Amino acid sequence: MAHDRREFLKTLGVLSAASTIAPGFSPEAALVRAATEVAGPPTLSFLTQAELVFIEAALARLIPADELGPGAKEAGVAAFIDGQLAGGFGVMARAYRLGPWLEGTPEQGDQSALTPREIYRAAIREVDDDCDRRYGKRFAELAASEQDDVLRGLDEGTIALSSVNAPLFFGLLWGNAQEGFFADPVHGGNRDKVGWKLVGFPGVAAVYAEHIERHGEAYRADPVSIVDLQQKRVRVDEHGHPVHTRAAESE
Amino acid sequence: MTKLKPVDAVVVGVGMAGSILAKELTDAGLRVVGLERGGPRETQRDFAMPGIHDELRFARRHELAQDLSRETITFRNNPSQTALPMRRLGSFLPGEGVGGAAVHWNGMTFRFLPWDFETRSRTNARYGKGAIPADCTSQDWGVTYAELEPFYDRFERVYGIGGKAGNLDGKIVPGGNPHEGPRSRDYPNPPMKTTYVGALFDKAATSLGHTAFPLPSANMTRPYTNPYGMMLAPCLYCGFCERFGCEMGAKASPQTTILPVLLSSDRFELRTRANVLRINLDAERKRAVSVSYADAHGNEVEQPADLVLLTSYVFGNVRLLLLSGVGRPYDSARGEGSVGRNYAYQTLSGATLFFEDREFNRFMGAGALGRVVDDFNGDNFDHGGLGFIGGGYLSALSLGSRPINSHPVPSGTPRWGAGWKKAVARYFNRSFDVDAHGACQSYRDNCLDLDPTYRGADGRPLLRMTFDFHENEYRMSDYLASKTQEIARVIGPRHIDVDRRTGPYSIVPYQTTHNTGGAVMGADPATSVVNRCLQSWDVPNLFVVGASAFPQNAGYNPSGTVGALAYFCADAISNRYLKHPGPLS
Repeated sequence: MAHDRREFLKTLGVLSAASTIAPGFSPEAALVRAATEVAGPPTLSFLTQAELVFIEAALARLIPADELGPGAKEAGVAAFIDGQLAGGFGVMARAYRLGPWLEGTPEQGDQSALTPREIYRAAIREVDDDCDRRYGKRFAELAASEQDDVLRGLDEGTIALSSVNAPLFFGLLWGNAQEGFFADPVHGGNRDKVGWKLVGFPGVAAVYAEHIERHGEAYRADPVSIVDLQQKRVRVDEHGHPVHTRAAESE
Repeated sequence: MTKLKPVDAVVVGVGMAGSILAKELTDAGLRVVGLERGGPRETQRDFAMPGIHDELRFARRHELAQDLSRETITFRNNPSQTALPMRRLGSFLPGEGVGGAAVHWNGMTFRFLPWDFETRSRTNARYGKGAIPADCTSQDWGVTYAELEPFYDRFERVYGIGGKAGNLDGKIVPGGNPHEGPRSRDYPNPPMKTTYVGALFDKAATSLGHTAFPLPSANMTRPYTNPYGMMLAPCLYCGFCERFGCEMGAKASPQTTILPVLLSSDRFELRTRANVLRINLDAERKRAVSVSYADAHGNEVEQPADLVLLTSYVFGNVRLLLLSGVGRPYDSARGEGSVGRNYAYQTLSGATLFFEDREFNRFMGAGALGRVVDDFNGDNFDHGGLGFIGGGYLSALSLGSRPINSHPVPSGTPRWGAGWKKAVARYFNRSFDVDAHGACQSYRDNCLDLDPTYRGADGRPLLRMTFDFHENEYRMSDYLASKTQEIARVIGPRHIDVDRRTGPYSIVPYQTTHNTGGAVMGADPATSVVNRCLQSWDVPNLFVVGASAFPQNAGYNPSGTVGALAYFCADAISNRYLKHPGPLS
C-alpha cells in the first residue's frame, strides 16, 4: 500500500520521483490535502455555481463523509453530474421523446417531458425557493437535520414543487449520486476510487479464473480504473487486463 | 427509391437467429443479404480493454442495447388502459447492431423440457382439463423435444456450451440435470467452475433432497474450436459479461461463432444501418417479393428476394408482420386472429441472503456461472392441489457484481444517508441471491398490436404491448420463492429477504430480456402465425424465426431454444423447401 500511495503522490506532484518519505510524514494527511488542492472546485459545463452549491450540499447528506471514508461530495460526484447533464444523458439522447405526453401509471414508467437538464434546473430553483419560504435560507445554508427533512420531503412527495414532480427529481438526483460515487473515475466522480474502496470493488477486472475457486478467501486489491490503465499507471497482462496489487502482498 | 438486383434470400436482423440462418443458407448455395438496423460491431474494435469494463456506459446507459429515440414500444397492463411509450429502457434490453442481444447476453443456454413443447396436451392428460385456467391460451408447439434434439445438439456445438449431461439416450447420468430430455451426446465443453456461493447452494439443496447441477454456459470453459472452425478463448471469470461485449471473445455470440466465417463467403453480404420498413407482397398477397428498407442516409431501398427471413428480436418480427399486413392481426376482445397473440415473459422470484462474516468475492464471475436445481420446473413435480401449472429453476448465480447496479441492503435499511452507506459497505461482498427463474403462460389479453397513437422516428406506428401476470404466475412465484427461502434458511445467513411477485407487472425495474411470442408456431393456422417449420401460413416464402415463435415461455432462459429453432428451420429450408418451394408440413 505504501508504494501505491507514493506512486499516487508522485502523480500529484507532491513528491519528486527521487524523493524519499521523511520520518513523521503522514501519507494519508498529505493525500487528503493534495487531492483537495489538485481537485479544487469543479469546472462546470452545464451547472451554475448556485446549482453546484445545492448539489454538493445534497450529496453530503445522501452519501455523507464519515468514519468509513469520504462521501459523495468529496468523491467529486457534482462534477460527474455536471458531465452527465452536459452530455447525451442530460438531453435524453437515447430516450423516446415524442408526444403526446400523458400521465401514466407507475408501472408505465416516467412520462415527464422534461429532460434531466430541465429537471435539475427547475427543481433546484424551486427547492431553494421553498426552503427560503419555510426557513428563510437556501437549502445549502440549512442545518444538516433540516436538509435531511427537505430531502425526505422530496423523496416521499410531501414537498410539492411547481413544475417538477418532487420524487422524480429526488430519484434522478439519488440515482446520479450513486452512479457518480461508484462509476469509473473516467466519468469525473468516484475520485481516488473512494466508492470502490468503501465496498471492496477492484474496478477493472483482472483474471480471476484461479481465485474464483478459493472459497472463503477474500480477495482484496487496490482498485484499478480505466484512467489508471489509459495513463499506464498499472501493469497489464498480455490481454490488457490489470495485474492487481493484492493487499496481502503489499502490506 | 432504389431497386436492387434480386438475391436468393434476405435475412432481416443479424443477431443469433439471423447469423445462423444466413450461414446455413449460404452453405446450401444461396446468395444471402443480411440487413441490420444498427451498426457493425466486432470484438477487437468495439469491445476492447479497458473501456469495455465501464459499468456506467454499458450497464447503466445501455450502449449495446436498443436506441429508444428511434423506436420503442408502448405498454399497458390491460386493455382498459391507454398504452404509453417505454421512454427509457427498464424491464428488458433488446439489442441493436450486429450480433443483436446475443452480444450483451449472459450465455445461459438451456434446453426446454419435453413437457414444455406439449404444455396443453400433457397438462390435460395428467391433471384434467380444469387445470389450465379458462383465459390461458398456452398451447402445444407443433414440434416435440425429440424432433428438436439434433438441432439443440448442433447449436450447443456451434456455441461451445459447457455443461454436464443428465440424460444420455434415456440413461440418467449423475452430476447433470436428471429431468432433461434425452440427449444424443454430452455438451461439447466441461462445466464452469464452482464458486463459494455455488458450493453453499449445492450443499443446502442436496440436504433438502434436491439435485444440483452446473448451469449450461456459453462462456468458454476451455479453448474451443467450433464446427465452423471458429476458435474461442477460455473465460477469465472477470465478471463483466451481462450487458457487455467480451474483450476475450470468450462468450459465444454471432461475432465469435459465425460472423467472421460468414463474412468471408462471397455468397453473403452484410448491410448495416439498414432498417427494414416492410415486406412487399405480390398482388394476391401469397408471396413476398422483396423488402424495403431505409439506408443510413434515410433513402428507401427495395431488395427483391425469393426467400424472406425475419430474424430480429420478438418486437421487430411482430411489428414488421403487422406493418406489412402479413397474417391476421390478433384481436384480444374477440379472441380472433393470430399476429400478436400469446405474448409472454418470465416470472422471477427469489431470496437475498445477508451475512456478517463471510465474503464471497461477488465481483468475480461469468454471465452463465451458477448452480441449478430443476426439481420444480415444468412438470418435474406433482402440481396436484397447488393451483398452478409450470414452474422454474432455482439457482445461485455468480454473474459478477458491479457496485452501481448491485449493492444489496437488508430490508429496513435507510434509503440513503449514513445508515445506507454503512449497510452498502457491509453487504456488497457479504450477500448473494438464491433465484427462482419461472415460466410465464400465455393469456387471452396479453398480446402485441400496433399502437393507435405513438410512432417511431420512421413515422410508422410503434408496437403496443398489453401484459400482466395472472393468478397462475402469482401462485407459482409464491411456491418457488418459498423453495428459495427453504434453501436460504439451510445456508443460514444473518438475514433473508424474500421477493415474490405481487401487484401488476412494471416495465420500470430490470427483470430479464426474455420476451416471447406474438408470431407463435403451431399446428393450427387459427392459433399460430407460423407452422412447425417457422414458415408463415399465409406467405410460404416467408419464415419468422426467434423467441417470437414460442407459444408461451418456459421456466428457462430462451436462447438455447432460439438457436435450436433456427437450425431446425434452416434444415427444413435447405433440405425440403428449396427442393419443392411451397407450404411445408
